[in-house]
Amino acid sequence: MSSGTKDHAALSDIFNKDEERVDWHDETLWFVRAKRDKAAHNIPEWEALRESASLIKNNVLSNLHNYLIEFEEQAQKNGVTVHWAVDAAEHNQIVHAILKEHGVNRLIKSKSMLTEECHLNEYLKQNDIEVVDTDLGERIVQLAQEPPSHIVLPCIHKKKEEIGELFHEHLGTPEGMSDPVFLTAAAREHLRETFLTRKAAITGVNFAVAETGEFVVCTNEGNADMGAHLADVHIACMGIEKIIPKRKNLGVFLRLLTRSATGQPITTYSSHFKKPRPGQQMHLVLVDNGRTTQLSRPDFRNSLKCIRCAACMNTCPVYRRSGGHSYHTAVAGPIGSILAPNLDMKEYSDLPFASTLCGSCSNVCPVKINIHEQLYKWRQVIVKEGYADPTKKLAMKAMEFTLSSPFVYKNAGKVGRWFMKHAPFTVNNKLNLWYQHREMPAVPKESFGEWYKKNKKND
Amino acid sequence: MNVGLFIPCYIDQFYPNAAIATLNLLSGLGITVKYPVNQTCCGQPMANSGFEHLTQGCNDLFIDNFAEFDYIVSPSGSCVLHIKDHLHSPTAEDKALGIRKKVYELTEFLTDVLKVEKLSARFPHKVGVHQSCHGQRGLMLAQMSELVDAPFSKPLHLLKMVEGLELVELSRPDECCGFGGTFCVAEEAVSVKMGKDRVADHVNHGAEYITAADMSCLMHMEGILRRQNSNVKVLHIAEILSAQ
Repeated sequence: MSSGTKDHAALSDIFNKDEERVDWHDETLWFVRAKRDKAAHNIPEWEALRESASLIKNNVLSNLHNYLIEFEEQAQKNGVTVHWAVDAAEHNQIVHAILKEHGVNRLIKSKSMLTEECHLNEYLKQNDIEVVDTDLGERIVQLAQEPPSHIVLPCIHKKKEEIGELFHEHLGTPEGMSDPVFLTAAAREHLRETFLTRKAAITGVNFAVAETGEFVVCTNEGNADMGAHLADVHIACMGIEKIIPKRKNLGVFLRLLTRSATGQPITTYSSHFKKPRPGQQMHLVLVDNGRTTQLSRPDFRNSLKCIRCAACMNTCPVYRRSGGHSYHTAVAGPIGSILAPNLDMKEYSDLPFASTLCGSCSNVCPVKINIHEQLYKWRQVIVKEGYADPTKKLAMKAMEFTLSSPFVYKNAGKVGRWFMKHAPFTVNNKLNLWYQHREMPAVPKESFGEWYKKNKKND
Repeated sequence: MNVGLFIPCYIDQFYPNAAIATLNLLSGLGITVKYPVNQTCCGQPMANSGFEHLTQGCNDLFIDNFAEFDYIVSPSGSCVLHIKDHLHSPTAEDKALGIRKKVYELTEFLTDVLKVEKLSARFPHKVGVHQSCHGQRGLMLAQMSELVDAPFSKPLHLLKMVEGLELVELSRPDECCGFGGTFCVAEEAVSVKMGKDRVADHVNHGAEYITAADMSCLMHMEGILRRQNSNVKVLHIAEILSAQ
């Protein structure tokens, strides 16, 4: 998604012009976080599960090469055609070539953040291929011509009344109708025809099992299944980090994934795809797109453990009050802020700063990614690589000068407090961002250092 | 016991009463406390902004001022966490590592080292406790709502010893206030909204005072309360634990 020249702070500023909407957005996502807490607290061994998941993923990242080869071998044995894509462009070309081979110009898609990351929809549209997203939330943002604002709840930024208007315009539902049950039924009816007439289906992958060559797609709506089962060609797209070694590992991940995501014990469907049915073709596209680069960064490699549950988004007090679009990237929120700079450090240099480093993200992460520590580390990298704002650089140099010398510090403090007391207009003005919505601290008559000198002479 | 008092720069300049209360509280418990007068800042504002490479001056000063003490105590969880995680020295790394092991936030020092079980403080007011993130999630001063583990809280353990004090329950017991160092101006809109929401939780539950083990969160929330002409006040936890 392109945001023009606006960074996270500027986009959040716009989002915050409508405070009532911010409150609604915050409460809606906090409700999901609270459901997650409840689900987690029902599992006494929750922290042990997180630790297991983390260790399994560490093992995967350390042996990724071997697991990928094993997975490819098994998948090929099962009759699946395996493709390798080094980046988003190659991924899109591979998908396009498969569709062309089958003469397909209309297809359905379900559950794939990877294709969002690769901007597949736009690419196929340019090549005169129509894509219909079948998951309700994705369909809604597709009709609105917007990117998803959340990786699990793609249209969480939209109120039901707005969805009613969209459906009225595109699906012919009655004007003013915003009952979620009615709207869901309308979308289902509309999509049914699409399912029956499309020859190709694209799905994502939640877990790919090296041992068996099968892959698992977790959905609540069953659209991935319906699409894949009715289509002649099933194309599954996955990032190379989605591998798990053994089928039994699913016992750890399936318990964690949905509890972390929405507070449900498990998704309605955990569908295992292993081999094409007779007459069907099954393709699997394994995508790198920067993942091996991230793997080579010691401080950031374990971001690849992510299973895309979005718990870090739901808990993030900044995400809840800035909205997913303010992150101007396919994967928003705290995890997006440590993944995106790897893809384009300049474009996403603002994201690691879109955090108070409160640490709640790392605590909810089911695979124990140290997200807030990586945000801190990305800040150091981004400044060193020269992507810091020049005015900030100056301010930091001045701070270094002042704070490195007790003499300069004491005098600067005195002067600062003198100005605040005797010329408050020098700080209490619109150029001072603190002062726009907050009062400055009251000025004490002396600093603690000065008080100590007077009152504790014995030292 | 030889204790060095580490007073963060903004407390020194704007909230001397919090520092005086910390000193009095420790002295009242029979501890000899020394304040090294040449201290400035831990360097966190620069490091959190991505300029950790400019903090060596601060690090060197910190080591000069504090290496000699058995314990270093500070009324700020955030600054203590920064020292614990990031104090380095190319010339005296052993001293830096030593300091990282003996620096304590005030409430954890009172609870874990002094093992305080009784205080003679009195504060007959309704108080809301803000769990500052770096103290809570970084130093683990209290159990975190995200984790499935036994509850505990060092600040609450101490506040419960204060006569007349009534704690108010919050809807969100450990949500961030939005201060976040330079975040408070770099991301002004979100920072302010987070602060307003945090303050509202305390006010709606009848708090007369908001307290915390970190003055920076309180400075941010005080700025919002005062802009709203609220009667609700902020006080550092040391001021309540030593109130008479």
